[in-house]
Amino acid sequence: MHIDIDEISKQFGATAALHPVSLAIPSGALVALLGPSGSGKTTLLRILGGLEFPSSGRVLFDGQDATHLSVQDRRAGFVFQSYALFRHMTVFDNIAYGLTARPRATRPEKAEIARRVTRLLDLIQLPHIGARFPSQLSGGQRQRVALARALAIEPRMLLLDEPFGALDAKVRKELRQGLRDIHDTTGLTTVFVTHDQEEAMELADLVVVMSMGRIEQIGRPQDIRARPASDFVRDFITV
Amino acid sequence: MSDTSLPFRPATEETPLTRRLLIGVAVLGLALLVFAPLAAVFTEALADGWAAALASLGNHDARSAIQLTLIITAIAVPMNAAFGIAAAWFITKFDFRGKAFLITLIDLPFSVSPVVAGLCIVLMFGANSLVGGWLVAHGFPIVFALPGIVLATMFVTFPFVARELIPVMIEQGRAEEEAALTLGAGGWRVFWTVTLPNIRWALLYGVLLCNARAMGEFGAVAVVSGKIRGQTATMPITIEMLYNEYLSVAAFSMAALLTALALLTLLLKTALERRHADALAASHRH
Ligand SMILES: Nc1ncnc2c1ncn2[C@@H]1O[C@H](COP(=O)(O)OP(=O)(O)OP(=O)(O)O)[C@@H](O)[C@H]1O
Ligand SMILES: [Mg+2]
Repeated sequence: MHIDIDEISKQFGATAALHPVSLAIPSGALVALLGPSGSGKTTLLRILGGLEFPSSGRVLFDGQDATHLSVQDRRAGFVFQSYALFRHMTVFDNIAYGLTARPRATRPEKAEIARRVTRLLDLIQLPHIGARFPSQLSGGQRQRVALARALAIEPRMLLLDEPFGALDAKVRKELRQGLRDIHDTTGLTTVFVTHDQEEAMELADLVVVMSMGRIEQIGRPQDIRARPASDFVRDFITV
Repeated sequence: MSDTSLPFRPATEETPLTRRLLIGVAVLGLALLVFAPLAAVFTEALADGWAAALASLGNHDARSAIQLTLIITAIAVPMNAAFGIAAAWFITKFDFRGKAFLITLIDLPFSVSPVVAGLCIVLMFGANSLVGGWLVAHGFPIVFALPGIVLATMFVTFPFVARELIPVMIEQGRAEEEAALTLGAGGWRVFWTVTLPNIRWALLYGVLLCNARAMGEFGAVAVVSGKIRGQTATMPITIEMLYNEYLSVAAFSMAALLTALALLTLLLKTALERRHADALAASHRH
């Protein structure tokens, strides 16, 4: 699914989190929103996911206006910065949540749900943790469970807010590859937020550099490296 | 590490003498303020033996008082649980102006004297007021009747549930609910499957505290009930009336029953805490 962001702005009271920004994301791309703290990355991601609504502008999914589409109807697999796993549910129930929440007509049968959860646990390479609770998992395991939970709803796109933010360097490297693999197998249009330029450059097909609610540059990693569009971009990517 | 022969002690530890002194004061305080009065209530109740105590609880007025207290509690506590959840949810899940003021407002019943609260209800709904007059004319009196007593009890016990829930819900934030929404769940489903399970322990605490206070409320109820024996006299009101009439065994028997109900509530809480210690610890970690 390709996503078009058309002149989106967002005000929070007196603060402008986003000045009108526009961005076209091709179907199946792996996109990084890169920028320093407070540059509006999370706000833009939440607008895509339907958790926040823009003050002006439009969002288009496959050319269809989705600006006012409810969060439930967007079918965006969202991975939160703190993972937001349901703490009172087992890993299995966490991953199954999106399927059991479906209306009866489209809800898969119990056995089918179990089959899909098992497949997802295999996909994230944690086949034996279904019975555990989130508090019994390591940070890296939680992140992967959150990813599996988001994938369970057969999303139209994958949105991740600093997916590796809270992890140590070694685990980050492993999970980066994990995300790349999952992106390549599912072919989902994927947008992830990061303030780590190395992570963005290494992982993404397309990097969107943001600063103070504006998009400074959009481009392939090698192009941004070769031709930074502004002093800000040059400084930010040569840390 | 734990070599006790060393003269050093952890920075936070007191000398043995201070420690013993502190423990002594605590035990003495507990004994004087809690155990002695409790023991006295039960001793006085049983001054003429079990038979007399039980007989005093068996007459019409006593039964009516017990029934009334249980009915009021059964109405006021669930209502306040529902209102408390709604208020806490509203306060913690939305950003709006005047939020701090609303939180203060929730505490109002704790700072206003219950007698004043009772008087307010009489002023608003009494037979001489506009609303009250109309209601009485249509056969639905509030003051000196069950609705007034329930209203007074609800007012006085309103803060318990909301106050337990607000800090827990603030700490937990909105992320889990937002996650459920992105997974396709509707508002009610999110409430039943995510919000409520996450606050169940705080809710239980609030409800138990609210329950204990609802059974024992005196001041506000004394004003609105009119203290009609066998009709609007609750257990605490009856105790006071019996005591003023020097019916010591009857007064203390009812007091003992009320105390037993309160102790039962505390016991229930302790039992639940012990049974679910693991779940409690798990939901507090994270
Ligand atoms: N709910 C909100 N209410 C008010 N202001 C907000 C809200 N959410 C974000 N903002 C403001 O909008 C701006 C952009 O915030 P945003 O969270 O999108 O930044 P970010 O790029 O994700 O930063 P970080 O890297 O620190 O997560 C900030 O100035 C922030 O204070
Ligand atoms: Mg952010």
